[in-house]
Formats: sequence, C-alpha cells, structure tokens
Amino acid sequence: MNRMTRTLGALALSSALMPLGNAQAGEVEVLHWWTSGGEARAAAALKEMMVAQGHTWKDFAVAGGGGEAAMTVLKTRAVSGNPPAAAQIKGLDIREWAKLGFLTSLDDVAAQENWNQLIPPRIADVMKYEGHYVAVPVNVHRVNWLWVNPEVLARVDAKVPTTLDEFFTVADKLKAAGIIPLAHGGQPWQDATVFEAVALAVLGPKDYSRAFVDNDMDVINSAKMEETFARFAKVMSYVDDNAAGRDWNTATGMVIKGEAAMQIMGDWAKGEFTAAGLTPGKDYLCAPAPATSGDFTFNVDSFAMFKLNNEDNVKAQKDLARTILSPEFQTVFTKAKGSIPVRTDMDMSDFDACAQDSMDAFRATAKTGGLVPSFAHGLANTSYVQGQIFDVVTNFANSDNPDPAEATDQLAAAIQAAL
Amino acid sequence: MTDVVRPGFRPSRVAIYGLLLLAALVYLIPLFIMLVTSFKTPMDIRTGNLMALPTDWTTIGWTKAWSEACTGVQCEGIRGYFWNSFKMTVPAVLISTLLGAFNGYVLSKWKFKGSDLFFGMLLFGCFVPFQVVLLPMAATLGKLGLANTTAGLVLVHVIYGVAFTTLFFRNYYVAIPDALIKAARLDGAGFFTIFFRILLPMSTPIFMVSLIWQFTQIWNDFLFGVVFASGDSQPITVALNNLVNTSTGVKEYNVDMAAAMIAALPTLVVYIVAGKYFIRGLTAGSVKG
Amino acid sequence: MEQIQYHPARVARAPSRLLDGLQRWLPKLVVAPTFVLVGIGVYAFMLWTGVLSFTSSSFLPVYDFVGFDQYAKLMANDRWLTASVNLGIFGGLFILSCLVIGVVLAIFLDQRIRQEGAIRTIYLYPMALSMIVTGTVWKWILNPSLGLEKLMHDWGWTSFSFDWLVSSDMAIYTIVMAAVWQASGFVMALFLAGLRGVDSAIIRAARVDGASLPLIYWKIILPSLRPVFFSAVMVLAHIAIKSFDLVMAMTAGGPGYSTDLPAVFMYAHTFTRGQMGLGSASAMLMLGAILALIVPYLYSELREKRHD
Repeated sequence: MNRMTRTLGALALSSALMPLGNAQAGEVEVLHWWTSGGEARAAAALKEMMVAQGHTWKDFAVAGGGGEAAMTVLKTRAVSGNPPAAAQIKGLDIREWAKLGFLTSLDDVAAQENWNQLIPPRIADVMKYEGHYVAVPVNVHRVNWLWVNPEVLARVDAKVPTTLDEFFTVADKLKAAGIIPLAHGGQPWQDATVFEAVALAVLGPKDYSRAFVDNDMDVINSAKMEETFARFAKVMSYVDDNAAGRDWNTATGMVIKGEAAMQIMGDWAKGEFTAAGLTPGKDYLCAPAPATSGDFTFNVDSFAMFKLNNEDNVKAQKDLARTILSPEFQTVFTKAKGSIPVRTDMDMSDFDACAQDSMDAFRATAKTGGLVPSFAHGLANTSYVQGQIFDVVTNFANSDNPDPAEATDQLAAAIQAAL
Repeated sequence: MTDVVRPGFRPSRVAIYGLLLLAALVYLIPLFIMLVTSFKTPMDIRTGNLMALPTDWTTIGWTKAWSEACTGVQCEGIRGYFWNSFKMTVPAVLISTLLGAFNGYVLSKWKFKGSDLFFGMLLFGCFVPFQVVLLPMAATLGKLGLANTTAGLVLVHVIYGVAFTTLFFRNYYVAIPDALIKAARLDGAGFFTIFFRILLPMSTPIFMVSLIWQFTQIWNDFLFGVVFASGDSQPITVALNNLVNTSTGVKEYNVDMAAAMIAALPTLVVYIVAGKYFIRGLTAGSVKG
Repeated sequence: MEQIQYHPARVARAPSRLLDGLQRWLPKLVVAPTFVLVGIGVYAFMLWTGVLSFTSSSFLPVYDFVGFDQYAKLMANDRWLTASVNLGIFGGLFILSCLVIGVVLAIFLDQRIRQEGAIRTIYLYPMALSMIVTGTVWKWILNPSLGLEKLMHDWGWTSFSFDWLVSSDMAIYTIVMAAVWQASGFVMALFLAGLRGVDSAIIRAARVDGASLPLIYWKIILPSLRPVFFSAVMVLAHIAIKSFDLVMAMTAGGPGYSTDLPAVFMYAHTFTRGQMGLGSASAMLMLGAILALIVPYLYSELREKRHD
C-alpha cells in the first residue's frame, strides 16, 4: 500500500466526514503493541487518517508478550487516574474493564454508522457490555489455518491433509525424508493455538464451545478431551527439538525456506509469506487446519474506549471509533495485517485468494454455527481461565512423558480453580 | 598486602595469568558477538555463525537502530529516547546519592535510639520486588498529581535507590575514626559543619561508587520506565524493548544488537572511564572493614 | 588525616540551649525524608499487598475478606511450586558461584598483575549492561540452532550438543550462567578492594611463622573480609530476587513454565491474568522467604558492627 494511495484515501475519508461537523481538534492517546514493520505501518495509516481530520495522535506503544506489558501499564494508568483514550484490549477483558466502570459508550457512533447491521452478532457481543458498545473491532483473524509449502510436500509426493489421520500419514513421510513436518514455536500461546485446532477437530464446534466458552465440566473432564490430548501429543511429536522459545514468525520462516512443510497458525502468518514476495496458491497454500474446514476460529483485535473528561478529546475519540470501522481503513489495515475486515459488506475482489476464502468461511459459519471464539487468543474466557489452560497445555506439550488422562484431570482442576 | 607476596616460581605465575586471561575471554565473548553481529547484514547472520566476522562490513544495523527502526507507530529509531533517559537519570542519581550521604553520616556518626533498627529496615526494603509496588505507587502518584511525569519517575527511582546509597555511605563513614568527629564537636563544630568541612571533602571515592551504581541501575531500569512514563518521555530501555520484541517480520538481529549497544553506551562508558574510581572508592571504604 | 583543616576560631560558637536542642533533633530530621519515603514506598505498600492477599481481588483491588483462600490456591498450584523451587536453585547457585568466582579472581588479580586495570575493566563491564540485553544475547548464544552448538558444528565438532536452553530440566541453569556472567565481576571488584585494605603486618607475621600462602588466605585474610562478604551477599541477593528482566528476556519462563520464578509468577497473575489476590499472596510468600533468610543475617552482621 503506497503512501500516495493511503494519503488520498485519508483525504477522501476526511472530506467525507467533515460535514458531520467537528470544528474542534482533540487528542487521542492510543495504547497498542504494534511495533514492527508491517503492523506499525498499518497503525500509522490510522494515525494519518486521524491527523487528516484535524486531531492529534499521541502514540503509546508497549511491545512484548502479545500485550502483557501493555496490560500492566494500562492498569497502572487506570489506577493513577488517567487512562489513555483508546487501548488495544481483547475479548472478555473488555467486559472486565467495563464492569469496573472505565469504558465509555459508543452507542451514538454505532447508531450513526449502523454497526449492528455490519458486524456479526457473535462478534458484536464481545464489543458490548450490558447492551452498549464499549469497544470497536479492528479486524477478524481466522486462527485455524494450516500453512503449507507445496514444494516440500511434492518432495515426498504428499497432498495437503484434510483430516488428522491424513496429517499423521503425511508427517510420517516427511519425517522419514528428514524434513521437519510441523514448524512450531515453543511458547504457551502457540502451544495453545495448535491445541485448540486439535480440540476443534476432535470435539467439533458445539462441544468446543461447551468446553471452552461455557466451561462445562462434563465436556472438559471427558474421554473426548483425553483423546484430544493424545492426538495433540502426536501432533507435537512432529515438531523439532529446538522449538522451545522460538517466535512464531521464525517458525513461518522455516516453512518459507523449505526446512519445514507445514505450520498451524492464524492468518497473520500470511503477512510473512507476502513480505517474502510469495504468491498464495502457488508458492504457499492456505488450508483449514486438519478436520476443521467447516469451522472458523475467530480472533478479533479491538480497541476499548475509556471515559474521558475533555470534550474535544471525546470528540476525537468518537472519530477514532468511526474511522476504525470505515471501509478505507478496514481495507488498508487488513491487507497489511493478513486478516479480513469486520464489516460484512466489503467488496473482497481486491483481496488475495486466502483472504477471500477466509471471508467466505466467515460469512458461511456465521450462519451455520461453526464460528467459534479462539480461547488461545482470549476471545472465549477471562485471562485467568486462559492462563490456567495455558499452564496445563504448555506443561503437557513440553513434558517427556505426556499423560493424556493426567492432563485432562489437571485441565479440569485448573479451570475449576479459576471459575 | 601485595608487597608481602613475592611472585613465586614461574609455573604458578603462568597458571595465574592463564586463568585470568581465560576468564577475560569468557567475559568478552558476548560483547564481541554483539559488536560483530551489529555490523553484519541479515543474510550474513542467517547463513553464518555467531563468531564469524562479517563477510561484508556494513553500518546499516546502526543507522537503522539510531534513526529508522520502528518503536511504535513512529519509525524514527531510538535516538530521541536517549535524551529522555538522561533527563530522568541524572536528577534521580544526584538526589538519591545526596540523601544517601546524609543518611550514612547520621547512621554512622550521630546514632540515636533506633537508628540501627532504621538501617536494618532500610536494607530489608532493598528486597521488595518492584512488581509489588507498581499499583500502589501508581495510585499514590496519581493522587499527588505526578502520574506520567518525569518528576514522578525520578521520585520512584529515588525511593528505591536510597537504601543502597545509604549502605555505601554508612559503611564508608563507619571506617572514619570517631575520634575525629569527637574532636570537632569539642571544638564546637555543629552537625552540618562537620559534614561539609570534614567528611565531604574525603568522600569523593564513595561518591563515585554511589553515582556509578545508581546511574547503572536507573539507566538500565525497564519496569518503572514503562509503567510511569508515557509517550514522549519514555526512557531508552522501553524503546529498545519495543524494537527488539516485535511480533511480526523477520528478526533483524543486526539492528537489535546495534540498538542494544547504543542503549548500553552511557553505562559502558561510565564503567570503563570511571572504573578505577569505582575500585578506589570501594578500597577506601574498606580500610577498616 | 593531615589534610583535614578546620580552624577552631572560625567554627566555634557560643553554646546555646536552642542550638543544643536542635543538634539533638537534627540527625533525626535529616533522615526523616528517607523514613517517610521508604516507610510509604516500601512498608505501607507491603502492608497493602498483605491486605490484598486476604481478598478476592481480581482485576483491580476489592476489599472483601476470604481468609487463607488465596494461599491455599497457591499451594495447590504446580506452577507456583516450580517457581519456588527454581528460586532456591537459582538464588543459591547464583550467589555461591558469584562469591567463589569473585573471590578467586580477586585473589589472582591481587598478585601484582600487569595490565591489572584493563583486566579489571573487562571483568566489570557486564554489570553495566541491563539484564534485558544480557538475557537477549545469552539466549542467542545458547540457542542450539543459532549459537554455541551451531558454532561447534561449524568448527568440526559435530557431536557437540548443548541444548540446555530448550530442555525443561536444565533451562534454569542457563539462567544461572547468564546471571553469574553479569554479576561476578562486580563481586570481584568488591573483594579486590577488600584485599587491598588488609593489614600487611598480620600477613608478615604469619609468613614469619612459616604459613603457606593458600593457608594464609583461607585462615586469615578471607575471614577478615566478612564485611565485604556481607555487602556482596546483599547485592547478589537483591539481584537474584529482582531477576525478572533476565528470565523474561531469556526464556520468558519456558520451556513450558520450567524457568518460572516467583517474581514472574506474581507479575503474570497480578497483571496479565487479572488475579491480584493470588498475585499478592505469592508476593507475601516471596517476602516471607526473604525475611526468613535475610533478617537473621542482617541481625548478626549489624550486631557485630556495634561491638566493634
């Protein structure tokens, strides 16, 4: 996305918004952790759009841990009495902040822009508290993707696996040929991402929701969960020994270079392939994670809006919310990030094949019930429950003698302790 | 003490030098790796190994780290944060050292009932993990109106640094004969007079120790910097973290290493240039245990 | 002592009751600011944390009372148990290794070495680096596919393997290595300064009696350096407990949570997982352990000083 197009887009947007009338300029302080090349540029587009509307953007970037450091800082800022205007808060944490009374209502912007028609209800629910919009979604990620290097598969004469058993067969062939079947980074959230893909495959979307959204102990402490752990252990056996601590993008790099064949990762992996100059469908393939083709595990980045005192800043904050869901920004941002827009009315013809597949699946599963929140990315439970699950899963993934029965009991106990 | 120890026969001297040089190597290797990596290209890093010299020496890592790398929405490198760190570190170092000097003076020469207990409690406070105090400190700073200001951050560093500076000065002043102080008091010298006329002039070595220690601790701090400063006034450690811990894209180790070196430069310079004062200061303080 | 000059005529003043009274209060006044700052910044906050550990606080503080619930949860938490054990292993090994290496290097450096200044600076400089930098560099060095192991393979030693960093059992020892690298030079500086201050008359007397050099060190010199040991242990213990940055940069608590430390556990639960009550309980337990170890030590050392 070159500067010219972006600036033109920003100008177009601002001239479209001007008539809605805001003569005063305000300041928005935005807390986020998009600090690397591609993401930073995507966020910069938002800044430019705000500046074009006459507002100032005060950047407050805190990288690390997928938001851990940022959340710490946010809490201290809130406690000290001056939170930022907007913060990158995800999933059920939004509800926690709203419960404590920190968030402001965006219902006026939502009404003006018709958000209820544009955003699927399952996602709108996450953005609301007691029926009022308190956060604005930025994009939608599909998490249950399998990224494949076709050239590597061709080396062992294999096809893209569509079930877990097929996956194991292909993986065995690869292992025999000395190629790493599954590229993976040994960090708790990555272990959890693979685990949830396997869980979705074994349990199916209904039981997955019962287990990870409703925390129904009957499903959590069941034979099916044991089977999930057992299959998960088998999947992890195809990961190389040096995976511990590896970053996810390094693992994607392994697939790009042909050192490994596949990776189970969300759609942000696409950004890596694009940055390497590869074309989807030819140089790399995006397929649903084995046995989850009818399901869409969603992860939504969102900005929660805090209560502010200064009127000008409140105006700027509302403009920020509006801008985020504008078609122009949605296009710019999702193209850079590899995700798909939240608006269901977007024209996807300009997007690449994987994004189009993703949007089709998104629209379809919204109706069939295969649209499930990703617990590995905080969309299904509170961060406490999520953390507890992480501990059990990562411990299991890293143990020398993984015991599915024991892990199931531990999972049940861990989740129970957090409820 | 060294004038008594006569160098023994050759083999043991060789052994001593051997061990010292081996240790020096172990200490130096990581620095060597950092430097060498910062001058390589990303390709070179991927294909080569840790210790190999660059096949093409390039300063692109350094220029990017200084002025082009992304630390948020802006991609201007870490150069702006350098000044922020100084603005915060220098006052904090000076204030905590001064306080420590006065405290050390009182705790060694003007003991009162409970002063040893006070000292003990001060020392115990060294062990409070900083994470524990983040929230209450944030609330307190908020009430004082100092939230998100450089002044607030300086205050925080003073609070958590004064225990160490007091320790240094107290141990140093304890070694100075009480007789000296008594004589001055008999002559009618008062509290401040003794301090400024007698103790201060001979405190240079321990001042150096305290300044060096505090400068290093405060400059290198990350946790307080990320929590209590914001946006434009963030210290360089926060910028470095944002740069290094990016979650997408190829990891550019050369930029990361160059940035780490730039961030470490002031403290390295302090240690290298002022290192001998450091030793001198520690020596002077241990004259009589 | 000859450099001290003060002129009685200039500093003497007529004693007055007001001044006497002031002189008595002045020392207390001078330490008052520190008393207030530390009293609030350390002890009041610790008390507050203690109070929170008996509540059910999650995201932000909530002041109800749930008894020892949080502590019970902690005891049943496998990750906490791992973290506690790790602190013992890490703290003990770290302090011991730094002391041994520091003392040995100091003794050797004290033997009239040429270029002593340069060598000293080389040992000392790691302390100047922040723990984040140290952790990042060592993470890279010990990474099997990028660092030391690869280097050995490239140099021909293909059977060399050093995968401690990615092994659940051994990863904690890699953290010890990085921390010792960083801090042992400082301990060396402390001891070198101490050695320089030892009275040579005693040594001479011992040599006249025929004692060998190693024996002199062991029986006479090292014991006389007790205050230096004290300072060194204080500094090292402080670093060991604060080693949050190092762990986060090197392993982030992994593989799994095998390199977790109480400070990391506390941080994760208080801030990331929104469990302030549990986090506070873990902080109190951490402080309790430190109290149990450090206070007796502090007490014995400070008492000695009074009798001096």
